[in-house]
Amino acid sequence: MAVLDDPVRLRLYDYVCGQDHEVSRDEAAGAAGIQRGTAALHLDKLAAAGLLSVTFRRPAGRSGPGAGRPAKLYSRSDAEHQLSVPPRNYRAAAEMLAEVAEVTGAEPAVQRVARRRGAQAGRAARTANPSASAADLVAASLAAQGYQPYLDGPVMRLRNCPFHVLADRHPPLICGMNLALVEGLLAAAGAGGLAARLDPQPGDCCVVVCPSKNSDS
Amino acid sequence: MGDVTSCHIAQLNVGVLQAPLDSPQLADFVAALGQVNAIADAAPGFVWRLRDGDGTDATSLRPRGPDLLVNMSVWVSLESLRAFVYRNGQHLDMLRRRREFFRPLDEAHQVLWWIPREHIPDLDEAFSKLDVLRRDGSGPDAFTFREPYPPPVTLAAKAQGDPSSAR
Repeated sequence: MAVLDDPVRLRLYDYVCGQDHEVSRDEAAGAAGIQRGTAALHLDKLAAAGLLSVTFRRPAGRSGPGAGRPAKLYSRSDAEHQLSVPPRNYRAAAEMLAEVAEVTGAEPAVQRVARRRGAQAGRAARTANPSASAADLVAASLAAQGYQPYLDGPVMRLRNCPFHVLADRHPPLICGMNLALVEGLLAAAGAGGLAARLDPQPGDCCVVVCPSKNSDS
Repeated sequence: MGDVTSCHIAQLNVGVLQAPLDSPQLADFVAALGQVNAIADAAPGFVWRLRDGDGTDATSLRPRGPDLLVNMSVWVSLESLRAFVYRNGQHLDMLRRRREFFRPLDEAHQVLWWIPREHIPDLDEAFSKLDVLRRDGSGPDAFTFREPYPPPVTLAAKAQGDPSSAR
């Protein structure tokens, strides 16, 4: 992505993406140690390339007449970008392998491998944190793998599918793989009171973790 | 894509059974079938599905040999069809387990195509669409979820007004 070739622009991009709030030109300029005008130029280039989203808002606590023009604020764009230097195309390889798994009927093997991977992650999390509760351990491990877990009542939902593009094109294979991975993780983390199942919701991963029916823990 | 007022979308999928329908290996599939069909019937955008003589499902229809199950349905839009197939938990769970029930096929096992709104396709039409897909790959006349096509303009126009040209 040539738009990130400029080291100053890359620094600004990193800074904006690392914040939990929308970033003004003043803040970004201060963080990068550059002039406000220069920062504005770079930020707008990043927005034009689709890497940053733009909103206009007045700073908190200022409203009504005399509050001034709304500030232009920047945040990380939701669009998915894949960047590798030199160019690599793992997505195309994953697509082909997914199709191979389907035409050869390797779905059960995919699920076995995913279950083992999940179990590995679960054991590693348990070793690193022997005293944590099973639910905390599962949430932390899922978060570390990019699932972005959140609680919806007693149910843990996953805001992000780490395999989204692939899951969209091969749902039975990839959702089955995801479910097996999470099941392996639950078992190895000692989360006997939790169970994983498929419950697709718009925007979320199709897997949810909920208290298992035959347990009061 | 999939203007709900002018066209419907039809779907055929086929599966080669791993074992007879009344065998223990197929028990979970058979047990879930009624419920999954009921979910489809009540799903937003559902129009019609193929049924055999009993009228419950299409499992006794074996137009291409004793091992090949067929499933065919009509929906108001690609989005409604996709929502049922891939975003319903119970149906997705059956798809996830499909290798327990059906053998892998090294060619397309599902085809989608646009139809005029009043039309209900038969199995000959459906299998000719599957043949087109297998021969030419995804195209405007027969396509897949992965490579969908918009409804053809002629079909959309025909279904929209002019009753004399509708059939």
